[in-house]
Amino acid sequence: MKRFTWFNATALTLGFAFLYVPMIILIVYSFNSSKLVTVWAGFSTRWYGELLQNEEFLDAAWVTLKVAVMSSTIATVLGTMAALVLVRAGRFAGRTLFSGMIYAPLVMPEVITGLSLLLLFIGIGLERGVLTIVLAHTTFSMCYVSVVVSSRLVTFDRSLEEAALDLGCSPFEAFRLVTLPIIAPAVISGWLLAFTLSLDDLVIASFTTGPSATTLPIKIFSAVRLGVSPEINALSTLMIAVVTVGVIIASLVTKQAAIRQARDERMAERPA
Amino acid sequence: MRRAFLIAVPYLWLVALFLIPFVIVFKISLSDVALARPPYMPQLDLSAGWDGVKSFFAELDFENFAFLTTDDLYWKAYLSSLRIALISTALTLLVGYPIAYAMARAAPEWRPTLLMLVILPFWTSFLIRVYAWMGILSNEGLLNQFLLWLGAIDTPLTILNTNTAVYIGVVYTYLPFMILPIYSALERMDDSLLEAAEDLGCSRLSAFWLVTVPLSKNGIIAGCFLVFIPVIGEFVIPSLLGGSGTLMIGKVLWEEFFSNRDWPVASAVAIILLLILIIPIILFQRNEQKQREAEG
Repeated sequence: MKRFTWFNATALTLGFAFLYVPMIILIVYSFNSSKLVTVWAGFSTRWYGELLQNEEFLDAAWVTLKVAVMSSTIATVLGTMAALVLVRAGRFAGRTLFSGMIYAPLVMPEVITGLSLLLLFIGIGLERGVLTIVLAHTTFSMCYVSVVVSSRLVTFDRSLEEAALDLGCSPFEAFRLVTLPIIAPAVISGWLLAFTLSLDDLVIASFTTGPSATTLPIKIFSAVRLGVSPEINALSTLMIAVVTVGVIIASLVTKQAAIRQARDERMAERPA
Repeated sequence: MRRAFLIAVPYLWLVALFLIPFVIVFKISLSDVALARPPYMPQLDLSAGWDGVKSFFAELDFENFAFLTTDDLYWKAYLSSLRIALISTALTLLVGYPIAYAMARAAPEWRPTLLMLVILPFWTSFLIRVYAWMGILSNEGLLNQFLLWLGAIDTPLTILNTNTAVYIGVVYTYLPFMILPIYSALERMDDSLLEAAEDLGCSRLSAFWLVTVPLSKNGIIAGCFLVFIPVIGEFVIPSLLGGSGTLMIGKVLWEEFFSNRDWPVASAVAIILLLILIIPIILFQRNEQKQREAEG
């Protein structure tokens, strides 16, 4: 640690201040009693009260949650299947196209993904709303899931599965009882990633939605275009709080799981 | 049979919702605007049989692409997107490198926490992180209040709705993408190499330039691409923090589509944007591949 110098300490302090001070300011000013967001006028939870009575925001939050749960769940199933194909299916006709279609959405600008999906939905005459947003979100987040899951599958020891098959499991049972528990942490982080990507998405949702479904990012975007408002600060604070708690819980759970798995592996290796 | 099912389901999904939409964008970029629903023509008329298909293809042309070259709004927007992406990538590297460096030099028991602190903002809404700067950078904003209070300035600086605000927004939101690959390159570095360089007479600074920077080269390249590629098509940052003078292609496409309702031109803009992105994406893939081969 002899190289941990003042320079490093300064870099870390300034760096993390830069990352966190804007969020802290946002949170602090959500408790400002004044309507003017940049003038501090005393502590108040007034904006949270107004937010909870704002039906438009509550509706949008509900739509967003529905879309996120549905799209991330379908995306996790499809993405895990795609990861199994990428890592294990070997050669098949159109494999290059398949892996191209998995990686391309990761680097595709959102405006293009949104535009192309909208043109498809109009082309086939599908009415735009929750369903079309779910389809759109599933499509790009399944690619993220498959990248996360395939990175775990690459290091997976297939002899464990073969042992299960030798001991009389059907292929599906072997997958459910052996493979799935081992890749579960990756599948769960894939789901979480898909869920946050969906919660967060403004551009693709704006293109693929119709008048019947407004998501929270769309609502926030149209509100903040007019400028800063204390109600949006309150809403942002709630969202930051939910994410922070979620990330902390998730990291504790995965840490526990890692500890348990390490213990199980030690037990398994111990000679009888 | 099981294998075929496993391949077919995600395959068909991606063909239907990723590949076909692109073919449609490409087709519409060759069409003409029409006062109809949907607002472009020709429509493929399969009921007319082979003649319908023939007349459909006969009516497609590259007029929209020709239009993009005549109106200087578009190529200015492309150039300015590239310039903004280039400058903000350089700024992100400048801000991110020291942080990644210091993280890799921190005590090992601290590193997971520091890593978590870098990743945490990534899980928070992008829109909110951009929005947070609106209140800070505005004329009556906290930054101006602070600078006025310090006496550093007499009149408020105009930062919001300028390119400067866009740079700040990009550096802020894309910083984790720069820090993480550089950190993972630096973390693997063997400290004894630096000691060797110093024993051989290098000053600390030249040891940094001659040893540390080359060893983190792959991380730097990866981080730069991870910032540069998405920033070119960025929409949220220029529309919230940028001003009327901030020309970016993602914003132009959005307005072409939603305000002007010119779908063929919006599609042509999208196709050109993709063509521009293909070069950095291929370079990025090649860098990743080289790195994998070096490790494997």
